[in-house]
Amino acid sequence: MKHLLSIADISRSDAIKILDTAAELARVSDTPMKKLPTLRGRTIVNLFAEDSTRTRISFEAAAKRLSADVINFSAKGSSVSKGESLKDTAQTLQAMGADAVIIRHGASGAPARLAACEWMSGSVINAGDGTHEHPSQALLDAFTIRKHLSQGREDLQGLRIAIVGDVLHSRVARSNVLLLTKLGAHVTLVAPPTLLPVGVESWPVSISYDFDHVLDSVDAVMMLRVQQERMSELFFPNAREYSRYFGLNTDRLNALHPGAIVMHPGPMNRGLEITAESADSARSVIVEQVANGVSVRMAILYLLLAGDTSIEASQ
Amino acid sequence: MSSVLPAPDISRALSRIAHEICERNNGASSITLLGIPTRGAHLALRLARLIENIEGSPIQVGTLDTTLFRDDLRLKAPRALMPTSIPALGIENRTVILVDDVLFSGRTIRAALDALGDVGRPARVQLAVLIDRGHRELPIRADFVGKNIPTSTSQSVKVLLTELDGVDDVLVSDGGGE
Amino acid sequence: MSNETKKTLIKNGTLADGRVCDVLIDDGLIHAVGLGLSEPDATVFDATSMIVMSGLVDLHTHLREPGKEDSETVLSGSRAGVKGGYVALSAMANTSPVADNAGVVEQVYRLGKSAGLLDVFPIGAVTQGLEGKVLAEIGAMADSVAQVRVFSDDGNCVSDPLVMRRALEYVKKFGGVIAQHAQEPALTSGSQMNEGIVSATLGLKGWPAVAEEAIIARDVLLAEHVGSRLHICHLTTAGGVEIIRWAKARGINVTAEVTPHHLLITDESARSYDPIFKVNPPLRTERDVLALRHGLADGTIDIVATDHAPHPGESKECEWQEAAFGMLGLEHALSIVAATMVESGLMDWAGVQNRMSVAPARIAGYADHGLEVTVGTPAHLTVINPKASYRVDRDQLQSKSRNTPFHGMEFSARVIATFFHGDAVYREGDSA
Repeated sequence: MKHLLSIADISRSDAIKILDTAAELARVSDTPMKKLPTLRGRTIVNLFAEDSTRTRISFEAAAKRLSADVINFSAKGSSVSKGESLKDTAQTLQAMGADAVIIRHGASGAPARLAACEWMSGSVINAGDGTHEHPSQALLDAFTIRKHLSQGREDLQGLRIAIVGDVLHSRVARSNVLLLTKLGAHVTLVAPPTLLPVGVESWPVSISYDFDHVLDSVDAVMMLRVQQERMSELFFPNAREYSRYFGLNTDRLNALHPGAIVMHPGPMNRGLEITAESADSARSVIVEQVANGVSVRMAILYLLLAGDTSIEASQ
Repeated sequence: MSSVLPAPDISRALSRIAHEICERNNGASSITLLGIPTRGAHLALRLARLIENIEGSPIQVGTLDTTLFRDDLRLKAPRALMPTSIPALGIENRTVILVDDVLFSGRTIRAALDALGDVGRPARVQLAVLIDRGHRELPIRADFVGKNIPTSTSQSVKVLLTELDGVDDVLVSDGGGE
Repeated sequence: MSNETKKTLIKNGTLADGRVCDVLIDDGLIHAVGLGLSEPDATVFDATSMIVMSGLVDLHTHLREPGKEDSETVLSGSRAGVKGGYVALSAMANTSPVADNAGVVEQVYRLGKSAGLLDVFPIGAVTQGLEGKVLAEIGAMADSVAQVRVFSDDGNCVSDPLVMRRALEYVKKFGGVIAQHAQEPALTSGSQMNEGIVSATLGLKGWPAVAEEAIIARDVLLAEHVGSRLHICHLTTAGGVEIIRWAKARGINVTAEVTPHHLLITDESARSYDPIFKVNPPLRTERDVLALRHGLADGTIDIVATDHAPHPGESKECEWQEAAFGMLGLEHALSIVAATMVESGLMDWAGVQNRMSVAPARIAGYADHGLEVTVGTPAHLTVINPKASYRVDRDQLQSKSRNTPFHGMEFSARVIATFFHGDAVYREGDSA
């Protein structure tokens, strides 16, 4: 595995390997020293053409815990925001000797173009591209679900998961649908019809427009962020109507069966798609998702960069 | 391939090592055995049982994976991580005995010492190996050795254990290289 | 030009109707067509096993001059055209400045004349600046030296129904035709590729088929109501083919074109995110491709038009959203039509001559073109080897640009020579 562009490119066994590696690395994070020499001497560049504090910091922490050198290109004030092309940026990275580029970009497919081009030779890790995918988020979500609900199984066989909200514009939803089903879970998408893509009928999921109907039959609810801009684009009438039908309020929280967990990739619109009570309830694993993110990203960096990826993995 | 330490000899060697460990450390109360996966971990469990029989009380035993501290990661495909499990009393101020199947260049033990440094600060570290085959590339030596087997670098040494391979044996093959 | 009359004898070629014949060209005209012709001082061109048909006519070409000469000029576009077997191109009006007045169309016309390789017929804009609000000086363009008869805002849709109605009515005065680029702007704002299963997976904003079909449906009814002629550019959907078929059955005076790329490739090619496949209107599904092929075969779609759209490297070497829409087409159109229509058995060479020469000339009113291989007419001819087998190389193009999606593909049929007023303006082997 040289790049991590899309969950579609990862096999079930590769995904499990990432989760198992993350579990081992999570233990490291509990020790006082926290730092490993494994990627010493590697240069990792964070190329964030879109603003994102939490994902960038998570990848930075992961890289530093493995002793890699981290260089940050962020959106504001960088040449990327001034209109320097992806090609010129890539050639600069190559000249800097970047072993890996972690790229977040507003254009779907930008990481794929970077990986396919001849302009740079490092590994490309997709930290979120447009509305296409966010593979490390799905992996940390799967890791979190596995930790709470799989009872020792290596995969998510038989678990039932609802993904609720703006699926149409959500890269988190796309990556999660691919990964959770790959690991054996059953996924239900819950959204107003305007926020489901044409073509969703071909996805291996169930679809429901009725949030209340699915509540008592799921083991995990993953709430998606709804952007305020969607209201001016006529996807739903107003915030009140959206929250009423698709928000995770206290009544809905209580309708979940005991043991069901509540997730959110963040950042949350408290009061729109999720109430403060739900976000802070005992069922919520939202804060833990963030911590798991560092371990999962360490696992990704380790598996992509520590070995010689031109050789087929021996295990 | 020829067998240089068949099953009965392995048992005797482990038994002797268990006694030597107790003798050197005045008992087993301050010892923590950490086996290096995969085969070192199984050997550590066997030594633990043997020592428990000698001393009559439970002994601290666990595993220590060295993968993240290796200096040769870039030469091979990415390796899966093995479990590291530190027993309840930890290693702080205790005598850690690293257990591995074969001591060769010494690099694995160097990585193990670094890994140990991440966990804490033991009072002292000792090393028990089933086979020492020579050709050290670093200044590392074992405290307890099952058998010294001089080899050439073109030979390979394979330890088989019942827990994994269905049989106990130590095999040396000629000219297979590493 | 020499003082002597130039004579060329094309020997042993096969005409589109299947007859094996010789064709004698003298002084720029077809002098004789028959078996066993001979002419002592004629240059002989051996066309054994080759197809000889009237020269190809493109109704939809972007020559980029004036304004975007870094991607193409009238001269380089003409070279690309004759290599593809074309003897007439129709230069779309979305240049800079826009061809919405007599001055610009006359400039393009003169550039074509001075290039001298084929006829360049300028297309005039429907609305000023292509903005869709106020009619352009259609009458002045029609009266100009360029004698414009085809008007199009291509690149943009004439989306205001009232403006479209007025335009359809206005061109009746001189028998002109409005060529509509069917794209409802409100349904395609920010759209990147066909809306469907592939776009949902790739996270690229979709361009629904209905955005094209709704305008076609509206405009055929408008054309019926005001009694005018309508031409639909680059048809891409099965639904669009059905609407055209319905309209023709009703007696509506509508014609339609399809591009070579829409006959060959689908939206699946976008999975690589390589913007070489980004085009307006977008590549559609397998079902649409098959409907377009059948529509072209049964005549519902009247012509093939290339929509040749050159773009400089930086417009395609970037992420999909930043890239320009458009593909090259002139140099490989014939090969693609042969592969998708003739080799598949849907159409014969007579059909190809009709869809790529006769019908385009008739729709646009190019009187000297599309006359089949007929004695007394100007010698505008295309010679094709149906079994020449070659591989497309984007570094070996006549166009100034390189944005061809066909790089690396193999085709059987190849243009071997193009004759314009009897001169061999292109011979395969002169340049690759």
